[in-house]
Amino acid sequence: MKTVAVVDYGMGNLRSVAQAVLHVARGSGFEVVVTSRPEDVRAADRIVLPGQGAMPDCMRELAQSGLRASVLEAAAAKPLFGVCVGMQMLLDRSAEGPTDGLGLIHGEVLRFDLEGRLQPDGSRYKVPQMGWNQVFQTQPHPIWDGVPDASYFYFVHSFYVRPSDARHSAGQADYGTRFTAAVARDNIFATQFHPEKSADQGLALYRNFLHWTP
Amino acid sequence: MLAKRIIPCLDVTGGRVVKGVNFVELRDAGDPVEIAARYNEQGADELTFLDITATSDDRGLILHMIEAVASQVFIPLTVGGGVRTVDDVRRLLNAGADKTSFNSAAIANPDVISAAAGKYGSQCIVVAIDAKRRTGDDAAQRGPGWDVYSHGGRRNTGLDALEWARQMAGRGAGEILLTSMDRDGTKAGFDLELTRTISDAVPVPVIASGGVGNLDHLADGIQLGHADAVLAASIFHYGEYTVGQAKARMAERGIPVRL
Repeated sequence: MKTVAVVDYGMGNLRSVAQAVLHVARGSGFEVVVTSRPEDVRAADRIVLPGQGAMPDCMRELAQSGLRASVLEAAAAKPLFGVCVGMQMLLDRSAEGPTDGLGLIHGEVLRFDLEGRLQPDGSRYKVPQMGWNQVFQTQPHPIWDGVPDASYFYFVHSFYVRPSDARHSAGQADYGTRFTAAVARDNIFATQFHPEKSADQGLALYRNFLHWTP
Repeated sequence: MLAKRIIPCLDVTGGRVVKGVNFVELRDAGDPVEIAARYNEQGADELTFLDITATSDDRGLILHMIEAVASQVFIPLTVGGGVRTVDDVRRLLNAGADKTSFNSAAIANPDVISAAAGKYGSQCIVVAIDAKRRTGDDAAQRGPGWDVYSHGGRRNTGLDALEWARQMAGRGAGEILLTSMDRDGTKAGFDLELTRTISDAVPVPVIASGGVGNLDHLADGIQLGHADAVLAASIFHYGEYTVGQAKARMAERGIPVRL
């Protein structure tokens, strides 16, 4: 049986991600494993890399858990889906702290600079951005299959990624500024929003991921 | 553009969703998973479960309930009522909750908010504030404003709601769930002055609650109260309106919603 590994390096709650992947994997021939063992990550056919909290903490835990090398190996060869801080870690560096990211997608992670700015309706911008926002697909990608452009997805974040190469941006959203909400490069796809909390459209992304042949 | 959220609130006791009038004559309202799935289909942006008895015997039951809902319904779930410790947060998150809402425990021990946010992130820490407008001597001596009540609205803490909201956001609360006790249950609409005062003053999202009687009240909460989200219970539970109707009305009034 083919396996999808949800990488558990001790940061935050993986249950939602695992439940959603499990939900779409039913009857697909995929087994879903939530694992903190490098050998499971190496053996898996596909990898989901979640992340919650601060990126420097996530990077530290990824290193200390001994999973970093297996994730890098997976990222070089297998379909990998990063979520939230699991996406931010793919970049080179973050304004959140001095730690380097994994450098798999060149660019940086920035904080929303919206202090004192007003939304079009006159209310102030809040950080974190919390709630459903439209994602504009900036390039066709198998992960977007069947998902209408400008669909709503659920976001909770104070930081966002800026890839140095615009071709690595797969989707964008507006929150005071136009920012990258999804990145894609070769066998890697990642989202700032949470597909596991984005109802049917979110589940569609995970379903597409299981069938994606990069 | 970020959509404004509609959040149905479900009362829970003994691991079941119940409905009642002013906490009396509680009736079983059905299976939590079915109810959550129905609101999801109607387009609810999140769901809040309020554990209205929240005794320690009950805790296991709500954990099982959240597990069941989270395995079937893929939108954000918040749990409030009887959340006291960082370990409560851990157990609820592990069961599948996305956010946990503190109320009386934050008043008794504000450090718990810093500790919980430090450990699990601000995104999963909500602080619920039950606020009531100062009147009479109170208002004369301390000026106009709202006081924070604890223990289900029974005890005036003497804290000013605006200062308290700022303090909680400063300690790491990622969101404020603001209930007007003057309006709760009246169906007269949100206390818009309260909502706007707090929402304009804190850097984190504010959810307006208490007093919704019709769909325009929801839109008023956003447009006049500057709320980022609106929470309602009875108008949805009793089938007066669906979440879809609420969103359609908000959209007619020019509010960005996820349709």
